[in-house]
Amino acid sequence: MKHGPINLRHLLALCRKESYQIVRDPSSILIAFVLPVLLLFIFGYGINLDTSKVRLGVVLEDQGIEARRFADVLKGSPFLEVEMGTGNGNSRTAMQQQLQEGKVRGMLVIGSDFSSRVRSHRGVASLQLLTDGAEPNTANFLYSYLQGCLQVWQQQRATDQGLPVQTFSTLEPRYWFNPTTVSRNFLVPGSISVIMTVIGALLTSLVVAREWERGTMEALLSTSVTKTELLLSKILPYYVLGMVAMTLCVLVTTMLLDVPLHGSFWILFIVSSLFLGSGLGLGLFLSTVTRNQFVAAQTALIAAFLPATMLSGFVFEIASMPIVIQGVSYLIPARYFVSALQTLFQAGDIWHIILINSAFLLASALFWLGLTALKTARRLDD
Amino acid sequence: MTPNPPSGAISIADLHHQFDGRPALSGISTAIQRGKITGLVGPDGSGKTTLIRLIAGLLKATSGTIKVENLDPIANASQLRGQLGYMPQKFGLYEDLTVQENLNLYADLCDLTGTARNESFKKLLTFTDLARFTGRPAGKLSGGMKQKLGLACTLLGSPKVLLLDEPSVGVDPISRRELWKMVGALAHDGITVIWSTSYLDEAELCDEVLLMSEGLLKFNGAPQEIINTMRGRSIQLRELGTNKRAVLKTALHCPEIIDGVIQGHALRLVLKTAGVLPDLASLNAGPNAHFVEVKPCLEDAFIDILGGGPGGTSVLAEHMPIARLAPDIDPDSVIEATQLTRVFGDFTATDHVDFKVKRGEIFGLLGPNGAGKSTTFKMMCGLLRPTSGQAKVMGIDLKTSASQARAQLGYMAQKFALYGNLSVDQNLQFFSGIYGLRGKAQQEMVNDMVRVFNLEPYLNTQAVTLPLGFKQRLALSCAVMHHPPILFLDEPTSGVDPITRREFWTHINGLVEKGVTVMVTTHFMDEAEYCDRIALIYRARTIAAGTPDALKLMASKEGETDITMEETFIRLVERDDSERKVAA
Amino acid sequence: MHALITLIKKELQALLSTPQSRRMLIMPVILQLLVFPFAATLEVKNSTLAIYNQDGGAASTEIIQRLAAAKAFPSLVMIYSEAQLQETIDNQQALLAIRIPQNFSRQITTGQVAHIEAIIDGRRSNSAQIAYGYALQIVQQYVLEQATPAQLQSMPAQLVVQHLYNPNLEYRWFVLPSLVAIITTIGCLMVTALSLAREKEEGTFEQLLVSPLTPGYIMLGKAIPGILVALFQGSIIALAAVYLYHIPFTGSVWLLYLTMICYGLSLSGFGLLISSICANQQQAFLGVFGFMSPAVILSGYMAPIENMPFALQLVAAANPLTHAIAAIKGLFLKGYTFSQTWPHLWPLLLIASVTLTVAYFIFIRRSGQ
Repeated sequence: MKHGPINLRHLLALCRKESYQIVRDPSSILIAFVLPVLLLFIFGYGINLDTSKVRLGVVLEDQGIEARRFADVLKGSPFLEVEMGTGNGNSRTAMQQQLQEGKVRGMLVIGSDFSSRVRSHRGVASLQLLTDGAEPNTANFLYSYLQGCLQVWQQQRATDQGLPVQTFSTLEPRYWFNPTTVSRNFLVPGSISVIMTVIGALLTSLVVAREWERGTMEALLSTSVTKTELLLSKILPYYVLGMVAMTLCVLVTTMLLDVPLHGSFWILFIVSSLFLGSGLGLGLFLSTVTRNQFVAAQTALIAAFLPATMLSGFVFEIASMPIVIQGVSYLIPARYFVSALQTLFQAGDIWHIILINSAFLLASALFWLGLTALKTARRLDD
Repeated sequence: MTPNPPSGAISIADLHHQFDGRPALSGISTAIQRGKITGLVGPDGSGKTTLIRLIAGLLKATSGTIKVENLDPIANASQLRGQLGYMPQKFGLYEDLTVQENLNLYADLCDLTGTARNESFKKLLTFTDLARFTGRPAGKLSGGMKQKLGLACTLLGSPKVLLLDEPSVGVDPISRRELWKMVGALAHDGITVIWSTSYLDEAELCDEVLLMSEGLLKFNGAPQEIINTMRGRSIQLRELGTNKRAVLKTALHCPEIIDGVIQGHALRLVLKTAGVLPDLASLNAGPNAHFVEVKPCLEDAFIDILGGGPGGTSVLAEHMPIARLAPDIDPDSVIEATQLTRVFGDFTATDHVDFKVKRGEIFGLLGPNGAGKSTTFKMMCGLLRPTSGQAKVMGIDLKTSASQARAQLGYMAQKFALYGNLSVDQNLQFFSGIYGLRGKAQQEMVNDMVRVFNLEPYLNTQAVTLPLGFKQRLALSCAVMHHPPILFLDEPTSGVDPITRREFWTHINGLVEKGVTVMVTTHFMDEAEYCDRIALIYRARTIAAGTPDALKLMASKEGETDITMEETFIRLVERDDSERKVAA
Repeated sequence: MHALITLIKKELQALLSTPQSRRMLIMPVILQLLVFPFAATLEVKNSTLAIYNQDGGAASTEIIQRLAAAKAFPSLVMIYSEAQLQETIDNQQALLAIRIPQNFSRQITTGQVAHIEAIIDGRRSNSAQIAYGYALQIVQQYVLEQATPAQLQSMPAQLVVQHLYNPNLEYRWFVLPSLVAIITTIGCLMVTALSLAREKEEGTFEQLLVSPLTPGYIMLGKAIPGILVALFQGSIIALAAVYLYHIPFTGSVWLLYLTMICYGLSLSGFGLLISSICANQQQAFLGVFGFMSPAVILSGYMAPIENMPFALQLVAAANPLTHAIAAIKGLFLKGYTFSQTWPHLWPLLLIASVTLTVAYFIFIRRSGQ
């Protein structure tokens, strides 16, 4: 038996108790295992920020060859799902209706003078593209993409007609670190931070408050348990739970979702531990201070979960946010974790980034855990 | 207040405690003797729990000294904890953990290991009769079993001082007696026990009692000491020919009488002065009625100290109209259970139970925890659907026309289910509203209730902060605003002090006089005496039914004349147990 | 009927009873309203562009000046070596780097083809691609201006674009209408799911069951306050959108409220369903959370539904948030009439009726009736 501030037997007994409670509560299991895997799959398959097939309506007011040829180019594109307008002059309004209702995301009008102008080289034939601005990303994409299609078609036409084929200078893209630019590789590692926040902050926010509400805290306080033992017994089981969940997530990510991990798993493990520590600290702090499950959980939702999704850089780019919000994001541990995650998964062990982020995470963890330790009561009136 | 702190296992000198400026304890000084059971008695809010928590070191006293075996609970906290066992009101059990796991946890926290540990487990499991249940989750134990487990966990550290905060609340008489026996054995072994309770019959068995009220220590000494001061003042009025409730009401109006309750077919009364009896004729008690002196009990003394019981008139009842029955309803079976059965999976909770309740009758459902009493009760309220058999209220079958039946009944839940974060006024408005009152009639009814129960100062207070007595009053008013002809009361006075309890029953008696039919469940055997008839439910079946006196007769042995209701209960249950063993 | 009003009144009183509770109704809305629109932008602003100019001629200078002048690239970093380029991208100091090769200007002026390289940080591929798009436009514009008539001959057509409903493609116009639906989701679900769980724990639920109220009424008594909370919070957000963020509102107000009511109904259905399965408050809370996270992701808010695999699109169809967002965006930006809003409303009503019915049956079963 060890004397001193931590009695190992006490600690083990308390951890065992906590573990039984976790395992026997279906909602904890749901949140720690089922939900993460579900979220990973949804993030992996559901959010595809790269456009795959955009529905484009084409109103062909000109039946000439040039017009039809161009329409064919569009129909053959792997990125477009073309819906041809029907009827004659009416089809423009009909198509615009479709656009308004969201059935097509863009509408290209090939005017009646298109073919003639193209052939006669007199004036410029114009194609009118109307996009659904309510989906700015898609609208942007349509414009850039159709520009490209137009260019390709014009070059093809030039070749066919024996005109000098002009290739034009352009800006050629080269991708570093994520050559396939599949969003999944980008989003999924970041989503691990969301999952860890859920386990770390949300689950633990209920834990201490629950003991107060059920009266078991009072009984514990009357035994020889120390503050340290109490605190550690809350942290350790949830830490284990979080790391098991993280490992599960990494396995799902790398094996089922085919997202490569370029960095070292052990560094990932350590960085995740630091982040989890910070989340646990926050959750326990809320639980300890509010002594009310409902309030603690809602506060955790707002203080931990929302920032982890919105301000961590995992979907929405921090650099694009206003300065004030960017400043706020520096206070959010998830930001540092996401940065480290993305680097580890896509780039590898870039020490500069990993060390800086880890330092912030460590500071955050120490801060919240320290605050919780301060606030943990040893008496009812502490 | 003695200048030198008295000696003993626990000594308390001039203890004051405040919560945010509100005084909770004022000038408490006493010495708790080693190896004795000291009862801590008092109404809700008197400071019992605060005192216990201060002794345990869970709170720091505002001023004054406490010494437990010469240790200061705050300064020597870690040392003291090894010698103290504390069982809080909610027992401190982890519901998701099994009995054995709870024991393991507390054993570890006391650093109890090796052979000593195994022996302790064996001893305690036998002691509490929980050996068969080691694998059952604590949440699935009955109330009495939880209490015993809580006690077992507290005893693991072999404490020298045991603090029990209301350990027997909501527990049936059998379990209570077993718990008492266990604690008695501990005291015999030299452990100092403080047992806080609102059951005065338990307090009477203690070696010493501390009677508290509003943070003050009103009496400190052996129970017999204070009971002796009441000698000659407790009497019984027997052989009442007529309506006992009416007689009680009249008796309580007499200036010579300070308190009175119904006891079976008789009335138990407490006189203001020994020997000064009221005029028998004026009580209209019937030709054979006569007074008999009886031994005083602690409750009599307690009520006397607190200034006497409430009067006999129920202002509430006066405001209620007479509960009339529709002509097509049989007045002999206002509430009726016919072969009522409820099965959960392969477990039969209620097994072919029959009873009929007359109009204007108080009918009691008694039974140990887990016997099927609550299941039966719930079926009669329409909260649970019978597997077979019928539950009828005012002639309406609850299975088919539940909603219609429910409009006719009032329900008071255990622990007074009120909307804690709503004010008293909001609660009243709500409950009257859902029972169909509206407009002016509703407002008048609410105002009536406020007046009757003196709720005026609390109108805008959140219900959760109300003192227990007021919560009970609020719950009662919410249950009767729609003038129900039937009242269902589920342990309505659990944890409440004797005076508030009497007040409550005054109201109930008044309502019954007006024709309301009442069905009540309780663990408080004195209340069983207030009933006209009782059904004792054990292991899903009715093992005895009849008037309280008839049951007492059933349980009495040759020559015994005056056994208590509690003893009756225990004997009938034990008899049923032995009969079953024989049959098996 | 009067009983129903009593139930609703009680629920609202309970919500407004403690300062904590009142705060919980407003604070999250305000916080999210202030943060979301700024954070949730997929638009690229304030991003750094790195330029490695290996050429020194007029053409490259001109292009660099144009890039520098672009709104999308407020800060430019000049790079002078390959190693520096590597470091800049590695350490995420720039989203995009442009490498202009030697002889670029000479080649352009002599009418030859010369390509500029854009190095994109794949870790932030989403934002980087948008940045690339802006840069591409600028380069292409320049190239077009340098084209000779002969070259132009093979470029007779031009694409003119008009972005309807949101001419400047402001992301905020896209984000805020969706927020009307998203932010109210939490409030409404909490009210319906958690309050029922709390009543069960407090014991007042039994008190309700014993009264003449039928389970249907009790459920309605929970659903309607949920809808009212949704309307309240939704109104705040809608007002903030119009008056604070200057999002246009082209539909009709009553249609917006109709949509919010239908959405609130469907949410309440889910809330009651969750609470009928859960045993206590904690489970109800986690259940609400477990529903909300996938719901927000699969609603089309973060990424278009048409990009999802078919199976997930089906799930998105069962998600009330999807339909609510479509309808509300239409009402704000596209001037939806009733006939255009209706296709999004009937799925909400269908979801509401299914969830409420299932909840009702579980309710009845669980309360032993």
